[in-house]
Amino acid sequence: MSELDKNPEAATDDVPPEAQEDPLYFAWEPKEGASAHIQSFKAAPEFQEPLGYPGELVDNWKEVALAKMEELRGKFRSFRLFLDICVKCGACTDKCHYYMGTSDPKNMPVGRQDLLRSVYRRYFTLPGKWFPQLVGARELTEDVLEEWYTYYFQCSECRRCSVYCPYGIDTAEITMAAREILDSVGIGMKYTNEIIGKVFKVGNNLGLPKPALQSTLEDLEDEIEEDTGVRVRLPLDEPADILLVTPSADFFAEPHIDGLIGYAKVFHATGAKWTLSSYASEAANFAMFIGSYENMRRIALRIRKAAIDLGVKRIIIGECGHAWRAAYQFLNTLAGPFDFLDPNYPVPQHICEYTWEAIQKGLLKFDKSQNDHLKVTFHDSCNVARASRMGDYPGGQFEIPRNIIKAVCNHFYEMPEDTIKEATLCCGGGGGLLTDDLMELRKKGGSPRMKALKQATEEYGVNKMAAICAICKTQFSKIMPMFGYGMDDIMSLHQLVSNAIILPGSEQEKELMEAEAENAGENAGEGEA
Amino acid sequence: MLTVLYALLYYVAAIIFVVGVAKRVWEYWKTPQPAVIPTTPAPVTRTGVVWRMFKEVAFFESLWKSNKWIWIFAMMFHLSLWLIIIRHLRYFLDPVPTLIVLAQPFGKYAGFFFVLGALGLLARRMFVPRIRYISNPSDYLMLLLFLGIGLSGLGMTFVSKTDIVGVKAFFLGLMTFNWQPLPTDLPVLVHLGLVALFLIIFPFSKLVHAPGVFFSPTRNMVDNPREKFRPVPWLPPVDEVQYDPPHGS
Ligand code: SF4
Ligand code: SF4
Repeated sequence: MSELDKNPEAATDDVPPEAQEDPLYFAWEPKEGASAHIQSFKAAPEFQEPLGYPGELVDNWKEVALAKMEELRGKFRSFRLFLDICVKCGACTDKCHYYMGTSDPKNMPVGRQDLLRSVYRRYFTLPGKWFPQLVGARELTEDVLEEWYTYYFQCSECRRCSVYCPYGIDTAEITMAAREILDSVGIGMKYTNEIIGKVFKVGNNLGLPKPALQSTLEDLEDEIEEDTGVRVRLPLDEPADILLVTPSADFFAEPHIDGLIGYAKVFHATGAKWTLSSYASEAANFAMFIGSYENMRRIALRIRKAAIDLGVKRIIIGECGHAWRAAYQFLNTLAGPFDFLDPNYPVPQHICEYTWEAIQKGLLKFDKSQNDHLKVTFHDSCNVARASRMGDYPGGQFEIPRNIIKAVCNHFYEMPEDTIKEATLCCGGGGGLLTDDLMELRKKGGSPRMKALKQATEEYGVNKMAAICAICKTQFSKIMPMFGYGMDDIMSLHQLVSNAIILPGSEQEKELMEAEAENAGENAGEGEA
Repeated sequence: MLTVLYALLYYVAAIIFVVGVAKRVWEYWKTPQPAVIPTTPAPVTRTGVVWRMFKEVAFFESLWKSNKWIWIFAMMFHLSLWLIIIRHLRYFLDPVPTLIVLAQPFGKYAGFFFVLGALGLLARRMFVPRIRYISNPSDYLMLLLFLGIGLSGLGMTFVSKTDIVGVKAFFLGLMTFNWQPLPTDLPVLVHLGLVALFLIIFPFSKLVHAPGVFFSPTRNMVDNPREKFRPVPWLPPVDEVQYDPPHGS
């Protein structure tokens, strides 16, 4: 057991002075309204309309919202059931990192659900219609909409709560529905909705057009050649066997880009014919965050079309948590069937599945000592951990990335047991919250993870954290400096691979061979003597 | 007079309970679950899902991971409830099957654990601030209802013995539409009145968690979205869709 679960009831109302300075202190007592002031920017009409939503609050918002709620409870069993069966047992109350970080009871998973459940009860259940006070039912008002907007954008849809609920109630499902209802009356979030619009227009979240992409990839090829002496290709829109769809941050930001270099080296070393697509130049699917199946599908279909146009046999997804969920759980459902691809491979595959398979087949050669200066831990990203799988057995999503790390690093350590794998803590920036206007929330929501990392640092001297999620990487490089780490102490998993891989014909291979020859010589010398 | 009142009450309660729960189950059954969303790691086979669900309903696996105190009280409460229900079958079956006769002593003392469990849950609700915050009046009343049922039941078994033979005759009479007089001591009337209330509110309250848990998509789905194609029922098929046009470059 770590500090996190030790005696949550012990804390008292008056926060001790050290707590006020220590961002890692958790007060377990609810403090009402503690994060009521944190609200993300709302979307202007120009960001709402391309997604099919009204630009501003519609006049008959109440009817529209209730009609939407009725529609959603007919379309999603999860939504209907979860609103009905919560028994208010409280098991989830201390499981949300935003509650841990803010102490606001509306950030307790059940507290968050109740914001919507109270309205649902008032309009859709008998006891709520007859005895609203008794069952905590309330009218839908503009204040309620405002409260929804505040707190449903303080949930990263990480599903940690669903692990601990005796009925598997997943607050993320309620959050997605709430965001869809808000969007349908004209209240949208700027960050998510603007980005989705960019994907529709340009093909990726960052709005990188094809020429920019092309030149970035060429620069990377030069960079790799400089480092290794080998020309490793990063093909764009070329006919190939494998279509790689990766979060666009991989083209652009640190430490993501080192991950992309890692994938390219792995593909090169395995001799694969692969390509990126400028049309589907984004693995992220922010429409999942706002619970919009229509928009999610529109984005997913881009991958389908790119696969058809480029005539590939397989689709592989780069390092990204929610994108992997969108691909794993939704791509087939929304844009399938993919019967035109090679049936010997699952659709889609994760880049880690590909790399691990290559390692197992002995196709990759590593010099692990290249990572000897690092003491690495691994951050399980929520969506990978709790909403997907890798390999063909449950839990492969935990083992495969760790197996890869252990294959390329000598020093790997775990963070505390109750903060990894299915119990992993969100980075604090998932679910569409990775925007500067939510910085306070991101810091507070990330603090439980930082606390776990600190424990690993104190115990084993861990100095780097690897992750396989674009959002995690961006979030951590932003908040880690606030907790005494460097912004580059977060790494891409494939950056570790990239460091250690020995490409055939590379400088590294030559060096290694020379070193080996020297060793052999020495050994031989000893033998003679 | 009281016999007639209770007889009618039980017919109404039974109908509301059966029809109400059936309606709920029907709704959950027919509402689609458009994506495969088990909380992972999740079983990749049907058998695996049955095992996961069994662990969940028999041992409260998730609750165990979550909070040992709630787990202990909830376990105590639900296990004794089962024993109590099994024991009570003797009032509806004639002759009484051996199994139920064997369960009799356990069922009798289970009443104490039932009350203890309910008290524990009530204490948590009242004294843990986080749980107090999420509790509505109905949540307290529900526990008080269970305490009332449990205490009046214990009263009949251990304090002032009731004419059980008469109670059994009453219920057998109800089932064969051949009404027999109900013994009218206060504990019986309280006990039976509260149980009828329980049956009536069951389908309209959080008590539907009992049948509901079996429909929970995060627990009852096989983790196979890549292996098995399951289109969203309310979206047009993929060959009817329009793709976004390519962007000029
Ligand atoms: S753990 Fe589940 S049932 Fe219990 S309060 Fe939370 S959401 Fe409700
Ligand atoms: S999904 Fe994650 S962020 Fe949302 S309420 Fe649950 S634990 Fe909190």
